[in-house]
Amino acid sequence: MKDMLFSKTHEWIQFLDETTVRLGLTDFAQSELGDLVFINLPEEGDEILISESFADVESVKAVSNVYSPVTGTVSRINEELLDHPELVNESPYEAWFVEIENVREQHELLSEEEYQQFIHEEE
Amino acid sequence: MKLIFEKSKAGRGCDILPSCDVPVVELDDNLKRQKELRLPEMSETDISRHYTELMKRTFGVNDGFYPLGSCTMKYNPKINDEIAKLPGFSNIHPLQSISTVQGCLEVMKKAEEYLCEITGMDGISFQPAAGAHGEFTGLLLIRAYHQARKDEKRNKIIVPDSAHGTNPASAAMAGFTVINIASTKDGYVDLEELKKVVGEDTAGFMLTNPNTMGLFDKNILEITEIIHKAGGLNYYDGANLNAIMGIARPGDMGFDVVHLNLHKTFSTPHGGGGPGSGPVGCKENLIKFLPLPRVEEEDGVYKLILEKEESIGRVKGFYGNFLIVVRALTYILTLGGNGLKYASENAVLNANYMMHKLKDIYKMSFPGPCMHEFVMTIEDLKKEKGVTALDIAKALLDYGIHPPTMYFPLNVHEALMLEPTETESKETLDEVVEIFKKVYEEAMSNPQSLHQSPKKTPIGRPDEVTAARNPVLRYHF
Repeated sequence: MKDMLFSKTHEWIQFLDETTVRLGLTDFAQSELGDLVFINLPEEGDEILISESFADVESVKAVSNVYSPVTGTVSRINEELLDHPELVNESPYEAWFVEIENVREQHELLSEEEYQQFIHEEE
Repeated sequence: MKLIFEKSKAGRGCDILPSCDVPVVELDDNLKRQKELRLPEMSETDISRHYTELMKRTFGVNDGFYPLGSCTMKYNPKINDEIAKLPGFSNIHPLQSISTVQGCLEVMKKAEEYLCEITGMDGISFQPAAGAHGEFTGLLLIRAYHQARKDEKRNKIIVPDSAHGTNPASAAMAGFTVINIASTKDGYVDLEELKKVVGEDTAGFMLTNPNTMGLFDKNILEITEIIHKAGGLNYYDGANLNAIMGIARPGDMGFDVVHLNLHKTFSTPHGGGGPGSGPVGCKENLIKFLPLPRVEEEDGVYKLILEKEESIGRVKGFYGNFLIVVRALTYILTLGGNGLKYASENAVLNANYMMHKLKDIYKMSFPGPCMHEFVMTIEDLKKEKGVTALDIAKALLDYGIHPPTMYFPLNVHEALMLEPTETESKETLDEVVEIFKKVYEEAMSNPQSLHQSPKKTPIGRPDEVTAARNPVLRYHF
């Protein structure tokens, strides 16, 4: 969880360099969703916009959108998740969804401590 | 229980065919199947027992209370089936001469007129075979409307987060981009959010009113006006029409397109192979886009219109699931205008009665009064005792009642959504309230026991996760 920042919509972000990030779902998000059974990812080259859904995850309860805290271009997707959605439940901070380059815009992001505080208040 | 294929014994059967009274003709080898069909081979006794055993494991509204929220699991009066069974309705073919099925066309026309009156629409098509199919068809009407006006930049459909999951799915299927807006804390459409997202790319807005929290949106006229002013159309999801029949009409609330679920509101068979019916209705200015065929009457003669230039075309073979329309019309005529209104009033009364009886124990998501359904949240129980909405639902099975809708709407955590419908008596509601109380007490005193529920059903907890991750959808010989 080193160098990770968090959004209020429960995604984690890791900056690989100044304009490239990895996105994933937080541990809190996966535990709220329950066992994931299907993950839909964007395609490489897709433009994704801040606050818009770029992926969806399906659990036995429901299908939920995953929102992007940044604007940029998808440079890689984690194809392993397509066949093994359970990786998100097992190790949420390793199971990255996408890498995004040319990050131009980003939400105000929270540190780990601030995020824990945020979840605590939400509850 | 064994699968029917596992019970099969080679060579066994129950076909006793009469001897062939015409010369036998052999097909060419290239037209014959290469392998025998792998059908189960069983005696009639064993087939009959197999299906009776399956029947005993199912649960329907004829077995007991079925408060599946937003699904309107009302009792289906037997007279519907009696009428649908009449030979004049059941022994016809869609390709026979129109002059010989005038009565059937009259049924379609009359049903259209009554449903127009109930919804405040001007025309209705019975072609869509299910609710989501109706949504898709309705959205195609909206697309056709904008295209006819050469207003093709309108590609966005706005959907509140309380909507049925089929709404965004249908909009995406119809080629639109879906814009989701969050509800207010009280569960209504957020007018400020709505104003922010409307614009010249707005094609339409989808809403069910009362919404999935069982709340009637009091701002409805303002909402539909915001969309109209922006140049979009308003779509009414008829899932919750059971709350307002004979009292309020989507057409008067500013909606342009409506779909109905005959299997919910108008007491036709529900699920289990259907067939379903999701008629789509619209205002005068959209009638020309409705799918074909359409029934029209001239001087007492009914005809089927098969071609119309601006129609979106066919969305299904022939004209809808006719016998389902017969059942719905039977229901409408049996109840009459006042009866339909009375049904809605009682649906709302029953929901409020249950909500009132349960609110001191279960936490309600929104304070009452509600319309035809209400939503409880098990969030506190989950935090205190680790008991989830799923656990409560499973525990209810042991008392012989069907669980409410779970984990929906999505804007409520650990949601349980109850819709008792008008066809339950006060005695049944009282019994069920006691069962809900018992289950709550069990959750408080012995949460571990609830994790193991149900204990009395033929199957306890199926492994839903493995089933969804690795579905086995056919028998492997």
